[in-house]
Amino acid sequence: MKRRTKININPKHVLMFCVFISALLIIISLRFGEKLKPVKEAVGSAITPMQRGINVVGMFISDKLDNFKKINELLEENERLKEQVNVLSYENKLLLQDKRELDELRRLFKLDQKYLDYPKVAAHVISKDSDNWYNVFTIDKGTRDGLAKNMNVLAGNGLAGIIIEAHYNYSIVRSIIDDNSSVSGMILDSSDLCIVKGDLQLMDEGKIRVEHIDIATDVKEGAEVVTSHISDYFFEGISIGYITEVKVDASKMTKTAYLKPVVDFERLEEVLIITELKEPLID
Amino acid sequence: MKRLIVYFLEIIICFVIQTSCFRYFALADIMPNLLLILIVSSAYMRGRMAGLIIGFFSGLLVDLIYGSFVIGQYSQSGEYISYSIIGVHALLYLLIGYFFGYTHRFYSYDDYTLPLIIVAISNFIYKFIYYIIEFLLRGRLNFVYYLRRFIIPEVIYTVAASVLVYKLLHMINHHLNRKNEDQV
Repeated sequence: MKRRTKININPKHVLMFCVFISALLIIISLRFGEKLKPVKEAVGSAITPMQRGINVVGMFISDKLDNFKKINELLEENERLKEQVNVLSYENKLLLQDKRELDELRRLFKLDQKYLDYPKVAAHVISKDSDNWYNVFTIDKGTRDGLAKNMNVLAGNGLAGIIIEAHYNYSIVRSIIDDNSSVSGMILDSSDLCIVKGDLQLMDEGKIRVEHIDIATDVKEGAEVVTSHISDYFFEGISIGYITEVKVDASKMTKTAYLKPVVDFERLEEVLIITELKEPLID
Repeated sequence: MKRLIVYFLEIIICFVIQTSCFRYFALADIMPNLLLILIVSSAYMRGRMAGLIIGFFSGLLVDLIYGSFVIGQYSQSGEYISYSIIGVHALLYLLIGYFFGYTHRFYSYDDYTLPLIIVAISNFIYKFIYYIIEFLLRGRLNFVYYLRRFIIPEVIYTVAASVLVYKLLHMINHHLNRKNEDQV
């Protein structure tokens, strides 16, 4: 057969050729990362619908299974929640009074509500990276829905991550617990700055490391850490988590703490994206 | 030609399952590395050339969708930005595909144990190299932790998955071979 003869290329040559191509790609993507975007876009547009499809089917099935399993649990929970509602509605009343007072004071200070007012878009998490190292995931919204690189991603009421690549119908998000992530944060009580750094090793304990806290700061356990005003990419005042453990560094110049993120990264299914970019300080 | 289309579909299916079924299959946050099973078992069944080609293209696919984040820099406020680099997975996978293609000479039709061992070894090597370029170079020295928490569980899970996946791939390969012989 004619076709057989084609296979007689020496594998060594193909090996050298492919190694050369990959090396070239590494260099190109390092130097001119943006140039390769159309290629990524094309491949991504083909793959993401499949990933989304699998997710829709899978979720449907697991939802149905869960329904059967959880009816009893739900009944119990319902009882418990009803009691809780009573307690909470009383507390809520008190809080509303406080809020009115707060609004009054805010108006006096001419402060507005902070990040509640940013325009947001909701999206589903559709896939996770293929190695188990990273905490990078894709969401099913892209530039088509007004998303762009470096937009902040929230989940529930805390910071989940940042968009590192936006494509036409999907985007890639790096979560703040990723080993590569580092966010400029601020301890809410004392307004002291710190760096919130993800660490793969702490991920299992559900913690993130907080570095570069000034030694003079009195950091209490349970203090809330929010994104800082000097952050280049993150809007100010988004909750990151609560401090659980503080220790003094070996250098005796700074403290390191651990915080428990507000967002539950184990079960991240829906996220909110702030569709505004933080204005860079210098440009 | 038909073989190429089958390869192509295999790569896509493995990638999609590996990335989007994590909610249903992941144990302790670990997913089996289906692409690696595909690459190594093709290399084992078909030789260096097949391993090389499948490795290159599946690595490229991973790179194009996710990339790898080996290099980065700090911004003024201390935030770390890393660049998504294309080609690292492609290079690693193609080398693995090529070198494990040498095991083709031990290929036997009804040996289901050797491929499992090969998959285990290749997965370990892959993760080890990846640990070096991604974590060791950034000063994460606690290798024992990464070994215990990520590398060993993934190897075990991948080997367990490859019991099934290899059988499936083997069937497809056998089917393709038979068709070719029929035509001749």
